[in-house]
Amino acid sequence: MIAETGLIALWLAAALALLQFALGAIGLRMGRDDYYAAIRPVAVAQGLFVSLSFLLLIWLFLRSDMSVKLVVMNSASVKPLLYKFAGTWGNHEGSMLLWVTVMGLAGAFIALFERSLRTSTLVATLAAQAFISLGFYAFLLVSSNPFERMFPVPADGQGLNPLLQDPGLAFHPPTLYFGYVGLSVAFSFAVGAMITRDVGAAFAKAMRPWVLGAWIFLTLGITAGSYWAYYELGWGGWWFWDPVENASLMPWLAATALLHSVTVLATRDSLRAWTLMLAVVAFSMSMIGTFLVRSGILTSVHAFAVDPERGSFILALLALYIGGAMALFALRVGTVKEGKRFELVSREGALVANNLLLSVILALVFIGTLYPLLVEAVTGDKLSVGPPYFNLATGPLALLLVAVMAAGPLLRWRRDNAKALLNRISIPILLTAATLFVLVLFTTGMSILALLGLALAVGVAIASFAPLWKRNLRRTPLHIYGMVFAHFGIAVALVGMACESSFTEEKLVAAKPGDEIVVNNWRLQFEAIEPMAGPNWTALESRMTAQYGDGVIHEITPQNRMFAAAQTQTSEAALLTRWNGQLYVVLGEGDSEGRWQIRVWWKPFVTLIWFGGILVALGGFLAMIGRLQRGYKQRKQREYAEMML
Amino acid sequence: MKAKHQRLTLALLAVVALVGAGLLAAYALQDQASYFYTPSDIVEQKPAPGTAIRLGGMVEEGSIQRSADGVTVQFVVMDAGARQKVTYTGITPDLFAEGSGVVADGRLDANGIFGAETLLAKHDENYIPRELEGIDMTSGKHKTETLVQ
Repeated sequence: MIAETGLIALWLAAALALLQFALGAIGLRMGRDDYYAAIRPVAVAQGLFVSLSFLLLIWLFLRSDMSVKLVVMNSASVKPLLYKFAGTWGNHEGSMLLWVTVMGLAGAFIALFERSLRTSTLVATLAAQAFISLGFYAFLLVSSNPFERMFPVPADGQGLNPLLQDPGLAFHPPTLYFGYVGLSVAFSFAVGAMITRDVGAAFAKAMRPWVLGAWIFLTLGITAGSYWAYYELGWGGWWFWDPVENASLMPWLAATALLHSVTVLATRDSLRAWTLMLAVVAFSMSMIGTFLVRSGILTSVHAFAVDPERGSFILALLALYIGGAMALFALRVGTVKEGKRFELVSREGALVANNLLLSVILALVFIGTLYPLLVEAVTGDKLSVGPPYFNLATGPLALLLVAVMAAGPLLRWRRDNAKALLNRISIPILLTAATLFVLVLFTTGMSILALLGLALAVGVAIASFAPLWKRNLRRTPLHIYGMVFAHFGIAVALVGMACESSFTEEKLVAAKPGDEIVVNNWRLQFEAIEPMAGPNWTALESRMTAQYGDGVIHEITPQNRMFAAAQTQTSEAALLTRWNGQLYVVLGEGDSEGRWQIRVWWKPFVTLIWFGGILVALGGFLAMIGRLQRGYKQRKQREYAEMML
Repeated sequence: MKAKHQRLTLALLAVVALVGAGLLAAYALQDQASYFYTPSDIVEQKPAPGTAIRLGGMVEEGSIQRSADGVTVQFVVMDAGARQKVTYTGITPDLFAEGSGVVADGRLDANGIFGAETLLAKHDENYIPRELEGIDMTSGKHKTETLVQ
């Protein structure tokens, strides 16, 4: 009964989405205020029903209801509870239901709390939001019903892909989905504003929290995904330029650009058409990301279902939404009035440079990711585009972008002069030059990119605090702190990346129990190999001790796990974190002479990569709170003023 | 920037940036994209030694040899028409085994031996590397089922 109730709730939510769209479309056409009034409750009801449907699916997974096909395919009754729970979205159908649930909730949220936007624009926004949701409802109900029953009922399920059996699964997909959906909301706002020809500062202010929110979640999702790949795959790398990673990076790049241009629009009422375009691009990127990951066009741990029908369905949705939005943009861009003007050397100018550089990097990642698919479709040749291309193409531009990031916040809005800027930024430039000098003198074998990156990061780290210079720190608005944190976070991450790529030491040996392995200041003692058993796996575990210099002796246990249900092996790396880096140990195979392959990395300051990511997200969070507070205060003041009148 | 044409200037800048991106990408792709070869392709097309390529096929039964250092393996990747010697230093991926599919990134050396930098094997029962789909790897000793599930 639970499954059927869930399906009914899903159908009802879909019907409500249709109603929401129709109310909006007809209401706007005929200018009926009563239709406007009805759309808010409908959006809220849609959010509630789709959430109910999703909660029921979670419930089915928690009770391991083996009469439901999805549970059978992706769960097993002996699995730890956390993975039963997270397994709900560790598969194609469940993850799509999660997507549409988040979308429904976002719509309900707008309907309940958005008060500053013109009513007709809000209605158009909700209608656009419903229209996007409808596509996903159709997708779920037609080709990916999560509540499908199975006869005869099997004794137990097939388990979850072992690579996904990790606490990361509970957070990583929802985080990214919040990001994607946030961008879809921004897109709906853009469509709404284009339909009602209401593109201006008010629309930008309504859209900004959603862009900011989406961007925070994407930042966290990418940071977490990177760390997850780092420790779960056992390859010692933190970014592989895998198409699936790029699928999350591309929306982030677009969202970062959008975040900056929407700020220009909200504060200065410039870059109107440009911001609209970026909103369309950002959402397109999240749709393309979903398409790449979910259509089975790529093989990876993320491609749950290799099913051509589903791939075509997502492709059709993609074409419909992106094509529709582009067409609307082309039709309406002429009616968007030009915003306020600015000089080349100004805050706006720097933000345009930021936007252009981000767009170019985005284009490079996009081309590199899709090129193999394109070539294969056209000529049938198979090829792969990997790190050499992406590092070469995007690395120098990313450094340039970071340099602009240091200078931009020190420029005044509208008009400034270059000499004054040079004055303000002289200390960071000197620091960068000094660092570069020291690095060239005392290190060997650093790549040019890493060398420049590290030197630049030092300057940028200082420059990122410059906006606080001579300010009253207690009266500085929260969003300024947000910007400072986020920019500082980028510098921190950059230090981590440069150090990891330049100073990592690696050793690969075949060792017998009793052997010692020395890497940098670490001494590892290989003690024994022992069998282990977990709830649904068995493993070979190597017991080792590791000591840094004369420090404490740590016990570490890298493992090789066998999962019975899926006949799959995973290697569990052992990590030891110090303030100045991370020790990374992987156990390989044994040979006939009783030796075991062991791979050891010492990665100085590698953790800064993810700390930087967290700082960036934290900065976004501070900015969000600051903006929301300020928006709330302004609204209260306005209401008060209206009351007085 | 002349105020009158600001909008036009911005639009032009955007176009120039994107065209620039396209050219940069085309230039970088020419050197950095690595093409996929089966052992037969290598025999036919003879890629230049030192060029980054991707090799895919099946690990020949009985061909895996570990060197004395314990961390280098030599093996033969084969398809229906040819065999290719491969050497790899590192921890072999989970489920890397004889008679099973493998994809390797690397380069041919002057002696025609493929030095693999990374190895990808199928990592669970439902997964085969995309490049291996639809390639005939049968030979006297093997059945297709070992690869295509």
